[in-house]
Amino acid sequence: MLIIPCPHCGARDYTEFRYGGDASRPRPAHGTGTVNEWHDYVFVFDNPKGIHREYWQHVQGCRQWLVVERNTATNELSRAQLAREATRT
Amino acid sequence: MKHRYSAAALARHALTGKPWPRAWRAAPPKTDYDVVIIGGGGHGLATAYYLAANHGIKRVAVLERSYIGSGNVGRNTTIVRSNYMMPGNTEFFEHSMKLWEGLSHELNFNVMLSQRGQCVLAHGPSQFDVLARRGNIMRLNGIEAELLERNEVKALLPYLDYSAESRFPIYGGLLQRRAGTARHDAVAWGYARAADDHGVDIIENCEVIGFERDQDRITGVRTTRGTIGAGRTLISVAGHSSQVAAMAGLRLPVESHLLQAFVTEAIKPLVDHVISFGAELFYLSQSDKGGLVFGGHIDGFNTYTQRGQFHKVQNVAECAVAVMPSISRLRLLRHWAGIQDMTPDGSPFMGRTPLANLWLNGGWCYQGFKATPAAGWCMAHTVAHGEEHPLVRHLALDRFRSGNGYDEYAHGNWTYKQ
Amino acid sequence: MSGASHRLPTGGRVQRGETIEFEFEGRRLAGLRGDTLASALLANGVTLVGRSFKYHRPRGFLAAGVEEPNALMTLGNGARTTPNVQATVTELRSGLIARCQNAWPSVNFDLKAVLGGFAPLLGAGFYYKTFMGPRRGSWMFYEPFIRRAAGLGRAQHKSDPDRYETRHAHADVLVIGAGPAGLAAAAAAASGGAHVVLVEQDFVPGGSLLGTPATSAHEKWRLKLVAAAQAQPTLELLLRTTALGVYDGNMVALLERHDHASCDASRGEAREVVVTLRTRSIIYATGALEQPLLFGDNDRPGVMLASAARTYLNRYAVAAGRRAVVATNNDSAWHTALDLAAAGIPVTLLDQRTTADAALREGAAKAGINIHWQARPLRALGGKAVTGVLAALESGGREQRFDCDLLCMSGGWMPAAHLTTHTGRKLIHSVGIDAFMPAGLDAGHFMAGAVSGHFALSAALIEAVTAGAAAAAWAGRPAASLPPTHLPVPDQACGFEPAGAPPLRAGSKAFVDFQNDVTLNDLIAAHDEGYESVEHLKRYTTLGMGTDQGKTSNINAIRQMNLLRSTSAAETTTFRPPYVPVSVGALVGRAIGRHFRPIRRSPLHDWHVANGGVLIEAGPWLRAWYYRWAGNSAAEAYRQEMRVVRTAVGVADVSSLGKIDIQGPDAAEFLNRIYVNGFAALAPGKARYGVMLNDDASVLDDGTTACLAPHRYFMTTTTAQAGEVMSWLEFLLQTAWTDLAVQVVSVTDQWVGMSLAGPKARVALELALPGIDCSDASVPYMSVRELEYEGMPLRLLRLSFSGELAYELYVPADHGVALWERLLARAAPLGIKPYGLEALASLRIEKGHVAGLELDHRNTLDDLGLGKMASRDKPYIGRELRGRPELQAPERWSLVGLECLEAAQRLRGGAILFADGEPQVGHGRGYITSVTWSTELDKYIALGLYQGGLKHVGETVNCAYPLKNESVRARLVSPLFIDKEGARLRV
Repeated sequence: MLIIPCPHCGARDYTEFRYGGDASRPRPAHGTGTVNEWHDYVFVFDNPKGIHREYWQHVQGCRQWLVVERNTATNELSRAQLAREATRT
Repeated sequence: MKHRYSAAALARHALTGKPWPRAWRAAPPKTDYDVVIIGGGGHGLATAYYLAANHGIKRVAVLERSYIGSGNVGRNTTIVRSNYMMPGNTEFFEHSMKLWEGLSHELNFNVMLSQRGQCVLAHGPSQFDVLARRGNIMRLNGIEAELLERNEVKALLPYLDYSAESRFPIYGGLLQRRAGTARHDAVAWGYARAADDHGVDIIENCEVIGFERDQDRITGVRTTRGTIGAGRTLISVAGHSSQVAAMAGLRLPVESHLLQAFVTEAIKPLVDHVISFGAELFYLSQSDKGGLVFGGHIDGFNTYTQRGQFHKVQNVAECAVAVMPSISRLRLLRHWAGIQDMTPDGSPFMGRTPLANLWLNGGWCYQGFKATPAAGWCMAHTVAHGEEHPLVRHLALDRFRSGNGYDEYAHGNWTYKQ
Repeated sequence: MSGASHRLPTGGRVQRGETIEFEFEGRRLAGLRGDTLASALLANGVTLVGRSFKYHRPRGFLAAGVEEPNALMTLGNGARTTPNVQATVTELRSGLIARCQNAWPSVNFDLKAVLGGFAPLLGAGFYYKTFMGPRRGSWMFYEPFIRRAAGLGRAQHKSDPDRYETRHAHADVLVIGAGPAGLAAAAAAASGGAHVVLVEQDFVPGGSLLGTPATSAHEKWRLKLVAAAQAQPTLELLLRTTALGVYDGNMVALLERHDHASCDASRGEAREVVVTLRTRSIIYATGALEQPLLFGDNDRPGVMLASAARTYLNRYAVAAGRRAVVATNNDSAWHTALDLAAAGIPVTLLDQRTTADAALREGAAKAGINIHWQARPLRALGGKAVTGVLAALESGGREQRFDCDLLCMSGGWMPAAHLTTHTGRKLIHSVGIDAFMPAGLDAGHFMAGAVSGHFALSAALIEAVTAGAAAAAWAGRPAASLPPTHLPVPDQACGFEPAGAPPLRAGSKAFVDFQNDVTLNDLIAAHDEGYESVEHLKRYTTLGMGTDQGKTSNINAIRQMNLLRSTSAAETTTFRPPYVPVSVGALVGRAIGRHFRPIRRSPLHDWHVANGGVLIEAGPWLRAWYYRWAGNSAAEAYRQEMRVVRTAVGVADVSSLGKIDIQGPDAAEFLNRIYVNGFAALAPGKARYGVMLNDDASVLDDGTTACLAPHRYFMTTTTAQAGEVMSWLEFLLQTAWTDLAVQVVSVTDQWVGMSLAGPKARVALELALPGIDCSDASVPYMSVRELEYEGMPLRLLRLSFSGELAYELYVPADHGVALWERLLARAAPLGIKPYGLEALASLRIEKGHVAGLELDHRNTLDDLGLGKMASRDKPYIGRELRGRPELQAPERWSLVGLECLEAAQRLRGGAILFADGEPQVGHGRGYITSVTWSTELDKYIALGLYQGGLKHVGETVNCAYPLKNESVRARLVSPLFIDKEGARLRV
């Protein structure tokens, strides 16, 4: 089963986590953004076959939201960071 | 049909030992077609058939990167039903049901539509009311439906769990007797054979790797077997819609998710109906070959790997035993997975794209198989006329811009619903 | 069928002193400890053990292991009936009851065998070409016959009385298969202290070595290998354990079987256990499976894989026949011929090649084996048992008949590489063995022995030691000392020549898939019709889809299809888990019945149960639905409970509401963003009802948030959305709004909640908690007080769901029962009673509060009549997308109230609304979401959604419920049914 290396709790089964979807799309700042920008943020996905930046929350652990990089063609995880510290590289 | 299938023909071949002809030709690609359909699944093949049969458009190619029927039409749990509630959906799926009912004759290929009835279970009063609303709308639209109290469910399906031990006791159910199952592969083959008979070219092992375009107009496709010109092009590649659309520079409201399916060893008839659990997404039926076929929820994160997580296998097994305790003793023979397009409202997209002459049929979530005949029928009309068929106008690709989402099951934003 | 014993007087690996009695087809038979059901039956001379799926042809044992397609039996009886069990892997146990299946009236005299006569009609995919007439839907006439004919064994509708378990395990190195390669690899891997789990599906370790004579050097070596493995302190050998599948993250699902002994469920003994094993590395030592030869009637009982005959002979000391022919295209079957001859059985050897391994030839000559080169079987003779074989000799120059009652065949070997493909890897075709082997493995996965296509023991041993060392190193616990790689026994000869296309006799059938009755002719027909891709072939002919999953048929089918297509296209069908069928019960373990899903219980649960509370499932919660004091059914009781609340005072357990503690200097700003209405100005001591939206503007949840102190808030959510809301708040704070200084913590389990409602609620509170000032001035409507009462922290909120004077009381969970009982006892003079979920829901309907089915993700804030709540002065989540035109369309369906106009009728949830006089077809103009009997108004009332909503108040509608052939007239009214001014709230 998919194993997610939680920066707080170590390697854990994905069943301890809640999936949060695509983390690559920029969320318009609160109170800003047009309907179209919010539409694209909420409804449109790259859905790549390859590296995918995505959110997972360790709901049965530290409750932290993570940004994980996973290859959707292989399910191989290459990176997991706390969302609040996530950097784009 | 040049070589009709029938009991008499079967007897003739049996006596003479004369071989049957190919069900469809291994067509080499021509330089151009009036319509090119990307994807040799159930929907693509059905669209090709109805283009030729209903609209007289016969210069049609179906391009399949692998073998036809290799996608979800051959991986699903084969359930056919028309118990839909939202305006548009009710009519569309009932149209599909009616096409199913004549499909073996239409195609001269036995797709084994088995109308053994589907019962959706409710496990509490409010779920019962939700089913009642669905059933009432069906009846008001001329579709048969029966609402069953607990004792009526018990009379119909005595082998489910009615014990005091049940975690989610059965409260009632909604029965559609015309619902049932069909032989999934036969649907792909039957449409392929019938389309081929009309002159449609079915081109297997031909993967699309790009589009030919003139400004905002699509003029053809580049494939692993050369460039093919197309008057109109249809993307019909359930599970991989985003991948193909991306070649045309389009981003879709779609994520690709994995759905597993399961079959037990074959046993003598044990379950007559299609049964859907109400406490969690789980559905069960018995195939003609004797295996109990079941399925559940998507694995829960987008992937193209076509292999499921073991946790989900156990999860679905738990549902199976919760519904029908005697399943415990049966043995799971095989589990497999398909990649399906998931959309924000659980409904598909059928119709135009921002690019001229490029049409899309995708985003089918859990419901692609039962929709196959109507999807083909309506997409053929849409592509032939350059205008969406009235039954699918509510399924526009840009519906979220106007706020016209189409959430039949009120699941809301599915990525958070795990 | 002869009753005489076929057990040899000596040899074998069975315990001759331990006789085991069992029952087969109603007959009492005896076998020995160490037998399988198959070997015991063969020892008793039973060779006819089944009927085939389609043609009901008589069938015997083809194999001696997990690949057996024919010998499927139904074991046990009553609720313990288990169909489709392979006799070849069933360890004989005392009292075992076995029956043949798919035959009527008996396996020996099966009337359905007449179907065989129609075989030309029943070829591949025949059902796709017929059963369509005379009219649409005719299939429904034919289908029951097909269904009854199909299927294998018969299952029961009885609940499984046995117990199953699931468990988790961890390993550094998992070795799958305890044959010579697996044993050596495991010992090597464990030598440096790595925790090695070695699993073997058999009940004896040794794999292919178990097929060698019990007196041979190979047996001594086997015992040495087993001893060496067991000597490793960190090596765990699990027998009767099959690796079912390999999953992401190096997780392997294992099945442990315990049913060789009696498993007493009442003592907690599990019949089977599914183990979720996580390992750092994996060594596949899964061996290879011998493949049949294709020739006419190759399915006759007595036609057997050569290795199986050798196993029966050497492991179980059972002679599967008295006169044998061995037909082969490779060296391995010569060992069978030699061992049979050594046991005194006359043997004729038909080898399609021109030569064989020199030592084997020499041995065969010495043993007096009659050898024919360039010879292959054309057709097996006999009916219910093989009586001989017609063979083509001299490359087909001559035909000759050989009498025999055992026909051993070997068409080469297929690596058992199934598990290696489960993570998405493909197999490649190897010309040398004309079969498929792993092209590569995932990082950290290794293989050894026949699975890699190396059938020689010498190569397997070297590979095993290397793999063991590599796997241990990968796992970070390098091997310390490696076992010797010198093979101490004579090697296995591995000469092989592809079998090619079989010469066929008209009128005979060459079976490719024995279990599903797929013949060579079916392959030819599929090819003719264009079903030539291996997946089409599989799906069209059902090849490889039986319980054996094609272990003896896939490779032959691919070989033959390649010949038909004149290609060497190298693809296999996808091997899906599980490797062998697994009981659904074993996958489930203890998650059955009440334990199917966890149950959440309020801290007051036991009180409810003890005091007449009737419970109902509400999502994961069990809540008090109604109380028996008020009636014996929900329908009766809720009215009584409502009356108490409306006229006196009632108390309800609302502990399942989500409770979130929110703190931090930016908490007010945070709340102000997530709720559509303003929270920035909520002062300490005040509470406010709020609604939050999702980004897409659908309603996420509603609830009350109270300001306990500056920067400190107490939020309540609905029961259903508690988890969603919590994750959502965390998401926002950890991803989008990391600049806000706010902490959120779920305190749902820490606080018991109870709703005290009714005109006498204040008096009740004063009686229960004397000394607390709960006057309107001190605790006004929509306020909160944090108190301590006799050492018990208490949060007292004044708010109302029912529309009556009401308080919500929150105390730490372990004070819950005390407070609850105190309220009921002290306020008893007021007539206080507990009320349940049904009454709660009914009370809120009378006040038009949305809940449940109104909050269904489709309905917007505006649809629910709450649009006015949304602030125009500040941004909130969902604001932008809320403005989309379709969501603001004037004719959207929105919240209305309904009053039943027909005294003798009732309203029902799920009814469809039509304007008075319009035809009742289509989708109507709305529907009813919630219904109750109003004790105040003495009629049925309802909430619903209606096109245009409140614009139509006063109009009459018809509530169509065609499922019950009902249509009831109702009037559209405001959803606020009672106390429109809210006077009762503010007393």
